[in-house]
Amino acid sequence: MLTENVHHITYVAPPLPGQGPTFGDFSPAGVCDTTMTDPSNTPDWADHMRRIHKMRDEAAFAALFGHFAPRVKGFLIRSGASQTLAEECVQEVMATVWHKAHLFDGSRAGVSTWIFTIARNKRIDALRKQRRPEPEEVTWGPEQEPDQGDVLALQQETELLTQAMAQLPEKQRSLIEQAYFSDLSHSEIAAQTGLPLGTIKSRIRLALERLRHAMQ
Amino acid sequence: MAQINHHLSDQLLIGYAAATLPEAFSLVVATHISLCDECRARLGEFEAVGGALMNACAAAPVGDDALAKTMALIHQQPQEPMKPRAVAKAVFPAPLRDYAGADPSGVKWRSLGGGVRDARLPTSKDATARLLYIPAGTHLPDHGHRGLEMTLVLQGAFHDEHDRFARGDIDLANEDTHHTPIAEDGADCICLAATDAPLVFNGLLQRLAQPFLRI
Repeated sequence: MLTENVHHITYVAPPLPGQGPTFGDFSPAGVCDTTMTDPSNTPDWADHMRRIHKMRDEAAFAALFGHFAPRVKGFLIRSGASQTLAEECVQEVMATVWHKAHLFDGSRAGVSTWIFTIARNKRIDALRKQRRPEPEEVTWGPEQEPDQGDVLALQQETELLTQAMAQLPEKQRSLIEQAYFSDLSHSEIAAQTGLPLGTIKSRIRLALERLRHAMQ
Repeated sequence: MAQINHHLSDQLLIGYAAATLPEAFSLVVATHISLCDECRARLGEFEAVGGALMNACAAAPVGDDALAKTMALIHQQPQEPMKPRAVAKAVFPAPLRDYAGADPSGVKWRSLGGGVRDARLPTSKDATARLLYIPAGTHLPDHGHRGLEMTLVLQGAFHDEHDRFARGDIDLANEDTHHTPIAEDGADCICLAATDAPLVFNGLLQRLAQPFLRI
């Protein structure tokens, strides 16, 4: 099936100097991207963001797109968007990733966290037609580079968090998912799962405590 | 940054991180976070949980032409400009300025009697947000609450039977809360409040007056 491999699209090789990448520079799954040489097998997405920001690197963007676009779309569909709307929103979310690349600070948020916030904002805009007030930006120096040690530490913590989430008992994880994916209030979740409200709140709290514990 | 003693609950931060709160509540949360580094850091944690959940979502294949269409979109749109720097120590932090203007002197206040004033802010109708202006030394009537009410102090301070609230502090009230707040002497008290239900006053006359006061 043609669409099967679409989300594995990745770019073939790093761009040669003076030979800017174009849309032809990626191919379907099966082709290793350069990041596979990383021993942890996790691409350094923060570095992709840096290349998008500093060099307007379309190959780095294509790789990022290949990984995150299907996940953003999955998230939007899980939140109640239709296929068509989700497809449209994914393109807008990923275009925002490009345009706001200079605002990404790897010492303050992991790439998946940052893209999640953009997808979430798009969701409220597209599905609920509401404005979302954003906190005042923390002001840094004009071109202050984030500390690479901090960036790395944050990436490692994000990795730990993903593992901790995977290890949560199924019931707790699904409650956390519902809190994030739907507009349901706690009482509506209670009606769906048949659990009393107090139990839901304490389960969510317990799940969060377990997550925090796993992060220490 | 002043010492903040009353913070946002995990529940509100998750709701804000997941963007499931009514706009009026999001406005109070965003305004508080603008003043509170601790809650900003906690929000970061809950957003990281959201990122991990999104990463774990069943990937939905995007169309063959999705990347090409995205690149076309990118080339059509202008680059996002850098945000203007925050105005240090303004009474209204940035998210509130989008709704209420630069500062309290520009707000279209409505008198509620006794020098107390309020101004409704334009948000979605699932909850209401408004600014409250309470002259220093004013005693508010004893009242309860029907739904959830969040009050954020922006200037001055107030206290009730239970606690004291100053700039940056969040006071959360629900059906179980009855209190008689008093604005402290000194600067007049300005608060941002959001509620998903009208307030309930305990006195019969106040209850009769409520539809007219609309508070």
